[in-house]
Amino acid sequence: MVVVLQFAIGLVFGVGLVISGMSDPAKVLNFLDLAAIGSGSWDPSLAFVMAGAVAVTFVGFASVLKWPRPLSAETFHLPIRRKLDLRIVSGPVIFGLGWGLAGFCPGPAFTALGFGSGAAAMFVAAMLAGMLLARWLANRPWLSAVATPTHQFEP
Amino acid sequence: MINAATTFTPVASLAGGALIGLAAVLLMALTGRIAGVSGIAVRLFPPYADGELAGRIAFVAGLVAAPVVVMVATGSLPALTIQGDAVILVVGGFLVGFGSVWGNGCTSGHGVCGLARLSLRSLVATMTFMAAAMATVFVARHLG
Repeated sequence: MVVVLQFAIGLVFGVGLVISGMSDPAKVLNFLDLAAIGSGSWDPSLAFVMAGAVAVTFVGFASVLKWPRPLSAETFHLPIRRKLDLRIVSGPVIFGLGWGLAGFCPGPAFTALGFGSGAAAMFVAAMLAGMLLARWLANRPWLSAVATPTHQFEP
Repeated sequence: MINAATTFTPVASLAGGALIGLAAVLLMALTGRIAGVSGIAVRLFPPYADGELAGRIAFVAGLVAAPVVVMVATGSLPALTIQGDAVILVVGGFLVGFGSVWGNGCTSGHGVCGLARLSLRSLVATMTFMAAAMATVFVARHLG
């Protein structure tokens, strides 16, 4: 039952991505193209996606996180780290480079699979390879000077 | 490369964003976990640290099924215009995957859930990937 509900939640998330336009790389790239503000081809829609998502999540989390526990788990699993480190900057720099190249971040890449896009399948395969390499590297002891092991993070 | 024009859709984007937020709240209420797509995706593969694989597969299956449901419900799908050749897609995909896991989150985990929790780490991450992506688009479109 919980698994069925998680499918439904993924579906709501994905329908949100599709309806909002975030699933379309062209729309994402036209938002990121600030130099187009002058020429009139800038598409500010994605700011509205972020605003809608953050507002609902802010209000919803404030209420849900007051519960003693989630509906189907013993405890809430919230990120425990507070301090800034090298990874919280270097990871997003690398992520942003890829996002700006192709216009896909991970969620929309998965919804694009459901459009039947072969190009999206290529993107997702490469993305999963990059994710697994990052997790593997983060767990190497010899990288401990720059990398905090992934198991010390939630999520 | 010719850039496809898109139209400004404030209402649909706000509504779609609200649905994304609703999903994040529902996942927190049900499982007590952040709806971060990169974190969920990397945990589809071993080694497994917990027994929640089935739920993660179900969540990702829901993402993939979403356009099909929209198609059935409305009879049409919005545009999906993928720009860039295979090299761009593979390099871009690899960087997105590596960077999101190395930085412990992507647009959903940091940009939606983290900002909603007023996390300083997520604020730094979100500003950094937005700036890096904007700089990349500027170089690719206007200096290339």
